[in-house]
Amino acid sequence: MLPFELRKIANTIRKRDLLAVYEAGAGHIGGEMSVIDLLTTLYFHTMSVFPDEPNHPNRDRFILSKGHTALALYIILSEKGFIPKEEISTFLQPFSKLNGHPNRVKVAGVETNTGPLGHGLPIAVGMALAAKLNGDSWRTFVITGDGEMQEGSNWEAIMAAAQFKLDNLTLIIDHNRLQQGDRVADTNNLAPFAPKLEAFGWDVEEIDGHDMQQICTALSPEKISPNKPKCIVAHTNKGQGISFMSDNVSWHHRVPNKEQYLKGMAELERAVL
Amino acid sequence: MKTRFETCKLHDCRDAFVMTLEELAETDNKVVAVCNDSVGSTKLGDFKSKFPERLINVGIAEQNMVGVGAGLANGGKIPFVCGAAPFLTGRALEQIKADVAYSEANVKLVGVSAGLAYGELGATHHSIEDFAWIRALPNIPVIAPADRIETIAVIKWAKDYDGPCFLRLSRVGVPDLLPAKHIFKLGKANRLREGENVTIISNGVLTHRTMIAADILASRGISCRVVNMACVRPLDAKEILAAASETGAILTCEEHTTFGGLGSAIAEVVVDNHPVPMKRLGVPGVFAPTGSANFLLDEFGMSPESIANSAQILMRRKE
Repeated sequence: MLPFELRKIANTIRKRDLLAVYEAGAGHIGGEMSVIDLLTTLYFHTMSVFPDEPNHPNRDRFILSKGHTALALYIILSEKGFIPKEEISTFLQPFSKLNGHPNRVKVAGVETNTGPLGHGLPIAVGMALAAKLNGDSWRTFVITGDGEMQEGSNWEAIMAAAQFKLDNLTLIIDHNRLQQGDRVADTNNLAPFAPKLEAFGWDVEEIDGHDMQQICTALSPEKISPNKPKCIVAHTNKGQGISFMSDNVSWHHRVPNKEQYLKGMAELERAVL
Repeated sequence: MKTRFETCKLHDCRDAFVMTLEELAETDNKVVAVCNDSVGSTKLGDFKSKFPERLINVGIAEQNMVGVGAGLANGGKIPFVCGAAPFLTGRALEQIKADVAYSEANVKLVGVSAGLAYGELGATHHSIEDFAWIRALPNIPVIAPADRIETIAVIKWAKDYDGPCFLRLSRVGVPDLLPAKHIFKLGKANRLREGENVTIISNGVLTHRTMIAADILASRGISCRVVNMACVRPLDAKEILAAASETGAILTCEEHTTFGGLGSAIAEVVVDNHPVPMKRLGVPGVFAPTGSANFLLDEFGMSPESIANSAQILMRRKE
């Protein structure tokens, strides 16, 4: 799929996400807008997945470690055909399968239950190890938030991935510079990420996380360095696509009022793709 | 005079565990072991020699160890995630909750040297809260085998069981207590001795002491039932209620704090269904002082003699 087609899909997903957050009266819209281009590229360009057989043994694995942006993943999964599109309107409703964080038991296409931060990368290391032990060629992808990298468990996994030479593992850091309460730089500033990951033995690439061409290229198998796990530091904007949310710390899990919803939707409708 | 259970040969259940794991790994290449630098203390050295690629040592990093186990299970492996019980459970509790239990990942957690096994090393190394922590989680059986026979049976069961479990092994020597051809059934306790006047329920290394206590009670003319209840979750409620209705008093013994472990779990069933006098022996809600595991168990009223005495005192409360 070409970049302009991916941009169209991402725009559709952003609009559905905005509507769902508005209707549900809750969600994590800022981080969803920042991660949607990465998710779209993974699911519509890079990964082999099988919506009719979600547990196909040769599927590529994906973990949304920043599980609070589950809504964006649910919409992607519905667009891919893992779950019905109508189900999105049940988001956060009583007894919905779509709670605020992904659940593998309830939602086809989800690999593991995330929510508490710093869990996805260790599990991804185990997945990549399993593929190596099996001699399988499927790849493992995991997306963490940049604030999430403050969790020490990530660094345990970063050490292990390099030690085990997991070149079938790709970590994407959604580097939108904001965490729930403040800017990452003003909280516990881990940036720049690249030299830290490189020092731990990873192959690191920095990209614009909203440029579909750059995302596609960075994720391609040709860009794998043998025997090294790969980290893509994706520079993104929290609230990407909606001007008054973009790079604004107050939009971590704020819910738009009617006026804000209409303004945001109008911007997404007018977006040049 | 010493009773029969005081003079027989003692075995370290870790040996039975690794021997069984190696057997299972021979026939099924899905079986892998994951550990945290604990190759020696979990006795996985031979496993490593036989299956070097299938012994995954993540270093001293328990949170990653449990997450890696969940990932391996996702990739079709059957991971036995082994580490000293206090660190496996305490350090990685959120991973056990989210990645293993809530995600229903096919991970076998093996807490080694559990309970007071690391007695002299101090309370940081005692694992006497693990029953309480893990039995509070849905989806994950909590199992403490009593001897090498039950350990072998439990490991074989765990390999075939499609789902997570927590197995709690000691390093304190115990004799063979269960029948040689014992087959483990989840949630099924084993009545090791019939009795009518009182029932003692225990698991892990305490079952040995309980059997000696029953001999002591017999010498005093008291008929004591002994139930080995390896499964703290799911509990064998039927066996508990049989003990309540048929013997009228239940004493529990465990290598665990009395806050939330086997005794608490049994008391919940008894109180809800058939209240009878109960006494719960264990570590009474304190950090234990210095001393070997056997010394500490004696100190906390769980020498065979003290267990027998507690049973007699309990019987006086029967109507």
